[in-house]
Amino acid sequence: MIHARGLTKTFGPVEAVRGIDLDVSAGEIVGFLGPNGAGKTTTLRMLTTLLRPTSGTATVAGADLFADPAAVRRRIGYVAQGGAFAPFSPVGQELVLQARLYGLSKEQARERVTTLLAELDLPGVEERTTVTMSGGQKRRLDIAMGLLHRPELLFLDEPTTGLDPQSRANLWDHVRRLRERDGLTVFLTTHYLEEADALCDRVLIIDNGRIVAQGAPDELKSEHGARTLDDVFLAVTGRELREGAAA
Amino acid sequence: MTALTVLTGHYLRASFGNKFSLVFSALQPFLYLVLFGPLFDRSGVGSWAVLVPGLLVQLGLTSAGMAGFGIVFDQRFGVLERLRVTPVSRVTLLLGRVLRDCVVLLIQAVAINVAAYALGLRAPLAGVLAALLLTTVLSVGMASLSYTAALTLRQELFAPVMSTLVVPLMLLSGALLPMSLAPAWLDVVSRLTPFRYAVEGLRALFAGSYASSALVWGVVVSLAFAVLGVTLGTSRFQRENA
Repeated sequence: MIHARGLTKTFGPVEAVRGIDLDVSAGEIVGFLGPNGAGKTTTLRMLTTLLRPTSGTATVAGADLFADPAAVRRRIGYVAQGGAFAPFSPVGQELVLQARLYGLSKEQARERVTTLLAELDLPGVEERTTVTMSGGQKRRLDIAMGLLHRPELLFLDEPTTGLDPQSRANLWDHVRRLRERDGLTVFLTTHYLEEADALCDRVLIIDNGRIVAQGAPDELKSEHGARTLDDVFLAVTGRELREGAAA
Repeated sequence: MTALTVLTGHYLRASFGNKFSLVFSALQPFLYLVLFGPLFDRSGVGSWAVLVPGLLVQLGLTSAGMAGFGIVFDQRFGVLERLRVTPVSRVTLLLGRVLRDCVVLLIQAVAINVAAYALGLRAPLAGVLAALLLTTVLSVGMASLSYTAALTLRQELFAPVMSTLVVPLMLLSGALLPMSLAPAWLDVVSRLTPFRYAVEGLRALFAGSYASSALVWGVVVSLAFAVLGVTLGTSRFQRENA
């Protein structure tokens, strides 16, 4: 589903991503972990066509990232860290607009929005704005936005940051259900490693723009003689604080 | 094409949902029309048919020229990024907004012309309609450049920079008083701005001189300005994309 070789991104003198190789198979849930400023979001933005890599090659959802970014865009969903809704517009209108930009007719779009909102436990919120919604509701709404066009691959950038434990558990249930039912492939970043442990088939740990560890959570724990994924994470990325680093 | 109509329709619905901003962005030229127009008409400098074309350019600057303000919020709330991850072409993402701005501007321009007629404007209908068309061409360029500026400047700078820039651009265009009154240096500086040619082209249309060189220059400069705006705007929407 994702095959990347030697992806790099430099911003002026800063090497944000220094040569990443990635392989994600169809139907996998892969966690992309790393300290702040490690290059997670930059990598995600490259794989979702929002940022042009400085060098490297990548195929995402069967399309070449450089030769055919429009095909990549048609086949992937992307849920950004900061959400996708302005607080002053009814969410139904925004969802229908987005669905229509993927080529659905007005009727198809409305139907898809209604179904998807019901599936994500948000029935009948079309006329509301995000101002009146809880953090968990907003996140599920962002995920609905990313799923409108039935993508094969969904990118989630820190989907559970700032949510209470109930909302987090609920969100993971939705992600699991999407994989079981639709065979959706999910590539997500998170700082909650116990969640990554419970949810992901495989995790990749990135630090200073390079992948420093990867494997199934249990493999990684036994490999490092660690009790938790947190311990693995600290073992491979060190304990130094990453202050001043951007997300 | 479908994506373009979908986007334009969406933005139009949003604009008409906010009547305050529809009125507000046309308020300045409207105030000049009502509070300055009667003086201008009696000043001996020119008639309503000289002032109103200038006010159309001023409207372009205050309405289409400030259009970029809307995208500042879309950028901040992740709406723009969400649109950029769809397969819609980057030029369509820009033009969807620009077309909305043109429709809004046309409605405002018609309102100004109707009010001016009530105050005493007399001009050939064909000329006024052609002037509305030329104003639209000009505002394609203005709205596009406004979005370019909004996506380039730091977001807190957009409003102060643009609202300050509008003042010299409007004064230099000769929108309020014809540049034929200007000293040589001011005339030269004025000729360096595209709006000078637009104002004079529009005045030619209001005067019914359809074969004048002023009109030719007005059309050529406005078209070039629109092409420049859309080109810069698209490349700005494209930037950093794969």
